[in-house]
Amino acid sequence: MTATAAARPSAAAAHLRIEAVVKRFAPDAAAAVDGVSLDIAPGEFFALLGPSGCGKTTLLRLLAGFETPDEGRILIAGADMAGVPPYRRPVNMMFQSYALFPHLTVAQNVGFGLKQDRLPKREREARVAAMLDLVKLGRLAQRKPHQLSGGERQRVALARALAQEPKLVLLDEPLAALDRKLREETRFELVRIQHRVGITFLMVTHDQEEAMSMASRIAVMSQGRIVQLGTPQEIYETPANRFVADFIGGVNLLEGRVLRAHDGLIEIDSAEAGAILVVEHPVLAAGSTVAIAVRPEKIVFAPPAAAANRLEARVRGLAYRGEASTYEVELASGKLLRVTQVNAVRQAPAYAAGDSISLGFAPGAAVVLAP
Amino acid sequence: MINRLSPFLAVMLVVGYAFLYGPIASLVVYSFNASRLVTVWAGFSTHWYVELMHNEAIQRAALISLEIAVIAATGALLLGTAAGYALQRYRRFRGRALFGTLAIAPLVLPEVITGLSLLLLFVALEQAVGWPQGRGVPTIAIAHITLGTAYVAVVVEARLAAFDRSLEEAALDLGARPFKVFLVITLPLIAPALAAGWLLAFTLSLDDLVIASFTSGPSSTTLPMVIFSSVRLGVSPQINALATLFLVTVAVLVTLAGRLMNRPEPKS
Repeated sequence: MTATAAARPSAAAAHLRIEAVVKRFAPDAAAAVDGVSLDIAPGEFFALLGPSGCGKTTLLRLLAGFETPDEGRILIAGADMAGVPPYRRPVNMMFQSYALFPHLTVAQNVGFGLKQDRLPKREREARVAAMLDLVKLGRLAQRKPHQLSGGERQRVALARALAQEPKLVLLDEPLAALDRKLREETRFELVRIQHRVGITFLMVTHDQEEAMSMASRIAVMSQGRIVQLGTPQEIYETPANRFVADFIGGVNLLEGRVLRAHDGLIEIDSAEAGAILVVEHPVLAAGSTVAIAVRPEKIVFAPPAAAANRLEARVRGLAYRGEASTYEVELASGKLLRVTQVNAVRQAPAYAAGDSISLGFAPGAAVVLAP
Repeated sequence: MINRLSPFLAVMLVVGYAFLYGPIASLVVYSFNASRLVTVWAGFSTHWYVELMHNEAIQRAALISLEIAVIAATGALLLGTAAGYALQRYRRFRGRALFGTLAIAPLVLPEVITGLSLLLLFVALEQAVGWPQGRGVPTIAIAHITLGTAYVAVVVEARLAAFDRSLEEAALDLGARPFKVFLVITLPLIAPALAAGWLLAFTLSLDDLVIASFTSGPSSTTLPMVIFSSVRLGVSPQINALATLFLVTVAVLVTLAGRLMNRPEPKS
């Protein structure tokens, strides 16, 4: 895994360092954050990804200083944050609700932190203007938050979080309150702004697409722990376990027993698949039970007759999404699979419910999951 | 669609309003009566209002009432805001439930009991430490503060319950110290509730007869006390005029307070 090693910052360069942090909200309750350790490099766009209640927001609040860890340490730029109140941390947060001050104008909102820093008025005004330019809101400087659209409010919140030039910006579900189309545009916008200002971003999200398209590295969290850490591609293509495979995008799981291993391939006898499956994987003991994961877009229809992993199935249903169609197919064992086909030509051959088809996937397309 | 009233409901509505507001309406109407007799209509006149303007006893009482109401409302605002803030923001402390009950108990305590207990307290205090010397404006104001505090606490607590706390967190995050956050974020946003609480406490103090009677001294007759005692000597249309002015003042203040309380929180 050289890619992981390269993407992971060395301890010396770590900008934000979280060491074995534990947070419990009641002495007898399960830990909301359960022994999380993490190093984040300067200038990184990092995402904490997980379902609601996985502890990602609590971790963010620990970094901002709104909660205190029960165990462990948090270091920002080498400084231990223990006992440092939120108003003295070199960290700014963009709240999910944006938390814009309703009685202040856009310019006053953005300049609020600078005023606390006692920056001279002229410098403050220049910085506010620069920030509003950055998020393209210069013409709305004198408006009140309730006079803005959702997207404009989101950008004011971002400008406010960036204005003090913090060492780290925390973004709590930054796009959740936007409608779908705006959300997709804003992803690129956020990444562009992050590149321009060069400030480390730490984003919390439950949306895997959002995390993968924006972040350079992702930590997938579940029940207060980090279950996998890596680049979007590593997380998607080599999920560490079933939870990650299932949470990140659609996935088909097939279980079976290892028959033998040879030449970097293993053969699996899968009753669910009704076939002997061949998957690229280092040696595994014969007889052990394994699960393999195949992404819906990696399964093809009507593979060549001699291809490995050829399965016979019947179409149960079809969801046409425009750019692609997702089929639900049923194997002879009753196991249901999802298959995504890109609609590359306008009159792509469509299968209807009840059609018999054959499917296949390459040995390299499937991943053996840790039990 | 506007629901049309059935004749039966319309009649019931009129009867209900007449029951509630008929006496007050007649009081207002007779304040403009030219006759000295409160039961005989002798034409429209503002004579009694003019006479009221020249009645020094009533003017003095009105000033005393206003003075007490301003002191009581301001004191109640300070204490009530602190109590409401504590109840809403500190969810867990020893004796919180007891504190919550005690803070709003004056709302339901019979006024006679409140008044009597305060009178006994003031008398005992005077004997023990020599203060307050007799009873007057300060003792009435203190008594009214106890009542007003409960109202302000309820109003402030309700407003804070609807307050988006991430606003305060955002201000902290941007470098403002907790007290500064309270001053520049919390206070401006709950100001309408504070104004409403002040107005309510002011109105309560202006209205109160029972507690004031217990805690007043010879030189501190409030307006309700003047009205009450003069009615016992026979009703003069001057009192009708005074009551009408009083009514208008209180109605305006209560309406204003209601508007301030129901003002929606500005969306962030």
